[in-house]
Amino acid sequence: MPGALLEVRDLSVDYITDAGNVRAVDQVDLDLQPGEFLGVVGESGCGKSTMVFAIAQLLFPPAEIAGGSVTFKGQDMVRLGDTELRHIRWRDYSVVMQSAMNALNPMKSIEAQFRDTMRAHGDMGTEEIRERSAEVLRIVGIDPVHLRSYPHQLSGGMRQRAMIAMALLFTPELVMMDEPTSALDVVAQRSLMSQVKQLQERLGFAVIFVTHDMSVVARYSDRLLVMYAGQVAEVGPTRAMFESPPLHPYSRGLLDAFPSIHGPRRELIGIPGSPPDLGRPPSGCRFQPRCPVAMPPCSSVPPRLYPVRRSQVRCLLYDEAITEAAPERQAAVKP
Amino acid sequence: MTTVDTTDGRGPAGGAPLLRTVELTRHFRLGGLLSNRVLHAVDDLTITIADREIVALVGESGSGKSTVARLLARLYRPTRGTIHYRGRSVESLRSRADILWYRGQVPMVFQDPYSSMNPVFRVSHGVSRNLRLHRRELGRAARHDEAERVFEAVGLTPAAEMLSKFPYEMSGGQRQRVGFAQALALRPRLILADEPVSMLDVSIRAGVLNLMADLRQREEVSILYITHDLASARYVADRILVMYAGHLVETGPTEVVLSQPKHPYTQLLLSAVPDPREEVSVEATTDLGEPPRVINPTEGCRFRFRCPLAIDECSRVTPRLRPMGPEHQAACHVATPDPATAATASQPIAPGPPAESV
Amino acid sequence: MAAPAMEANLSAAPATQEGFGRASFQRFSAAILRNRKATAGLLLLLFLAFVAAFPQVFTRVDPNAAIYPQAVGPSGAHWLGTTQVGQDVYAQLIWGTRLTLIITVVAGGGATLLSVLFGVAAAYFGGMVDRVLSVFIDIFLIIPTLPLLIILAAYLTGAGTVAIIAALIVTGWAFSARQLRSQGLSLRTRDFLEAARVRGERSMYVIFAEILPTMTSLLVANFMGLATYMVATAAGLQFLGLGNTSEVTWGTMLYYAQNNDAIQGGSNPWWALAPGFAVVLMGVAFALLNYAFDEIGNPALRAVRRPRARRAA
Repeated sequence: MPGALLEVRDLSVDYITDAGNVRAVDQVDLDLQPGEFLGVVGESGCGKSTMVFAIAQLLFPPAEIAGGSVTFKGQDMVRLGDTELRHIRWRDYSVVMQSAMNALNPMKSIEAQFRDTMRAHGDMGTEEIRERSAEVLRIVGIDPVHLRSYPHQLSGGMRQRAMIAMALLFTPELVMMDEPTSALDVVAQRSLMSQVKQLQERLGFAVIFVTHDMSVVARYSDRLLVMYAGQVAEVGPTRAMFESPPLHPYSRGLLDAFPSIHGPRRELIGIPGSPPDLGRPPSGCRFQPRCPVAMPPCSSVPPRLYPVRRSQVRCLLYDEAITEAAPERQAAVKP
Repeated sequence: MTTVDTTDGRGPAGGAPLLRTVELTRHFRLGGLLSNRVLHAVDDLTITIADREIVALVGESGSGKSTVARLLARLYRPTRGTIHYRGRSVESLRSRADILWYRGQVPMVFQDPYSSMNPVFRVSHGVSRNLRLHRRELGRAARHDEAERVFEAVGLTPAAEMLSKFPYEMSGGQRQRVGFAQALALRPRLILADEPVSMLDVSIRAGVLNLMADLRQREEVSILYITHDLASARYVADRILVMYAGHLVETGPTEVVLSQPKHPYTQLLLSAVPDPREEVSVEATTDLGEPPRVINPTEGCRFRFRCPLAIDECSRVTPRLRPMGPEHQAACHVATPDPATAATASQPIAPGPPAESV
Repeated sequence: MAAPAMEANLSAAPATQEGFGRASFQRFSAAILRNRKATAGLLLLLFLAFVAAFPQVFTRVDPNAAIYPQAVGPSGAHWLGTTQVGQDVYAQLIWGTRLTLIITVVAGGGATLLSVLFGVAAAYFGGMVDRVLSVFIDIFLIIPTLPLLIILAAYLTGAGTVAIIAALIVTGWAFSARQLRSQGLSLRTRDFLEAARVRGERSMYVIFAEILPTMTSLLVANFMGLATYMVATAAGLQFLGLGNTSEVTWGTMLYYAQNNDAIQGGSNPWWALAPGFAVVLMGVAFALLNYAFDEIGNPALRAVRRPRARRAA
């Protein structure tokens, strides 16, 4: 796709264990335009975090990229060496972790950590560094007096915002966030999300936002990518996914799993069962054992990604060759 | 009276509610012996829980809700105030037999499925310890049968196979079910569920929430459901208690509180709940979600620093719970009761045993 | 910046966890066999244990018999030569293994036991108990080891080997106690201990039946580390003439060798070299074995055996 900021093709990530390799990410394609907000949604263990770390070239043994390419601003990141990566890292793209307490050094002040980061990835003078540190804190709504503070002296919400500030030090074009709100209460979460969105609109960076909680991201994302068992289950514009019932039975199950605060009370179904063991994925469609509308071919034919209007869905319900043979199924599910 | 209650009777003795607290308070001293900083985790909490009801205790971090659970579980002693269980004061339980009796009646389910079970033992360990400690009349075969029964009751089937698994072989949702199974093995009257679904994926929560509602029906047990998520509270709870900064700020039946929230904090919480199906709208997001101030707090409403409606009186007088509607109370100086209620009650609620078992 | 990503990454790993699930014995043997260093250590230790148990297999000579030519170097009849009074050095080495190993294991075990009692109790009870016990542990950490060892061993001269073991235990337990206390403290945030209290378990039960089983690999690792320390220190004390010099151990061999100038280039340097090497060997055996337990505690240390796959073409 021309002009794309990020193009991921056929990306696969393996975890190398004594018991054989486990493929955590299986041939994922992903496109991101400049300034776009992409939500990546899935249950724990679906590979979404692994995929993001793979894109950011932050994988360590026993995880490693087993295939595919990650083209960022025209360069294939997988081929770059460490030195070249260090130039791009943090300047052109940055990462916000799930738990600030994991990524922030509890022994150093915020100021010191910002300074370390800026020295590691660039060569600004001391005065410039100080000014920039204060500026990014202001951008995220923290009083710069907190530069002197230590992480434990800030509240959870402030810590997460400090993490985001750190990610913005060099005004990158892409910020990847791995569940940045999961440790926050609902009010802090709402405030953080809306702040991220405002920043994004103001500074123009693209966002990849990973979460297991669709409701958090649905309001702000331009496109949504739903992952299941290491594969892309559905990807498309967010509005499309909510205007009519979602296309993939898994996405629909995810959406139905939310108790709603407004509107009538109805029974929640959730998605019974658990995700498959990636060491031994099921044959055919990986979601089939839990799928409420599974058909006979689903247990033997692995579905590709089928284009449906503006989205793509990995589900045999949208494979015309198969559904022609069973039209009643199609009618039951498609809107 | 220190005899152990051996009746399995489902009805409370003499009309007393199942659980009642009166001005329950817990403070923690911070810093060393010479420090004067006191954290007011819970202040003057007066609530009741009846048989066969699910009560949601809703609040954010720092609201004191987890401390309430631990007070009721006797992991902390109250700084002030009392807890009454089936008419008996919990502090008066001194002997090991009495304490064990209480623990068998009021078990707790923990929040973190990854740390609430000892990883070196099979998942049957907690159930079997519970049975050995609290239902000593059961022989070995009977214990085995009971373990299978409770596992089946929470949906972990086939029970025999599940009982022999280790925690690492189970998913988060399954582990939480084990937590409930352990509680059920005691034939409890009240389960304290401390954020049982917060650490589970959203898609798994439905199953555990449904399980809680199911247990209330089938096993006739009450549940104190502690959570920060109003949406799930709406789904399972009969009544909602909203806490902020250690104080109870609003109580009432679920639908009433959610459709007519009287306290500004409840209104804020409601507005912040994300709902993926909701229309995108313009939001007033001035509230940054800063934590409540509970260290050496001053007199006055603790929400006043964040409240858009705060008036002078809010910084001088701590608001008490007062009636807003039938069975609906809120602690706020500016909240206006429903017209019918306003006419009959203009006095704040005085502490002490409530007239009805609400 | 790179390191934190890994922690998050590991926790997302779908690989099966090397669980506490399987019985400890299976888990330990798997860990030992998987790590080449540890396997070597185990084999070495088993060999030494065999020598200690069946010295007759290796020599028919009485180690105390002073009937051979005095102070001669290695020869066909005496592989490591003889001592100043005509004893066979090789025989002494073989027979000395038993007592050396016994001292090491008993002292190591005793110190581990004390460290468990003090360290875990301090962590579990917290509060004032923790403070008192911690001060107690710290005192023993601060006391200079060598003078204390010498004083203790000399004071209790009458008891010989027992004195040495006692002195070793008294000076060795404190470091492990600190470690176990830290580990115990980290468990305090784990809900399963609170869960045990909520269901009404007694404190002693929680310590022995809930906490200790989660620490087995740490305990074994501690024991291994202590044993390494003990074997060398015991030899050192005996070298100084403490304990019972009439017993045959590697340490007493060194004592006599030193007294008779074998070390400073006397007629049979092997009299001192052999027991010295033997002490090192036993220490190395325990130290190598310890690698396996490090790995159990921290699976990230495990070497990835597979050759690294080539980067994506």
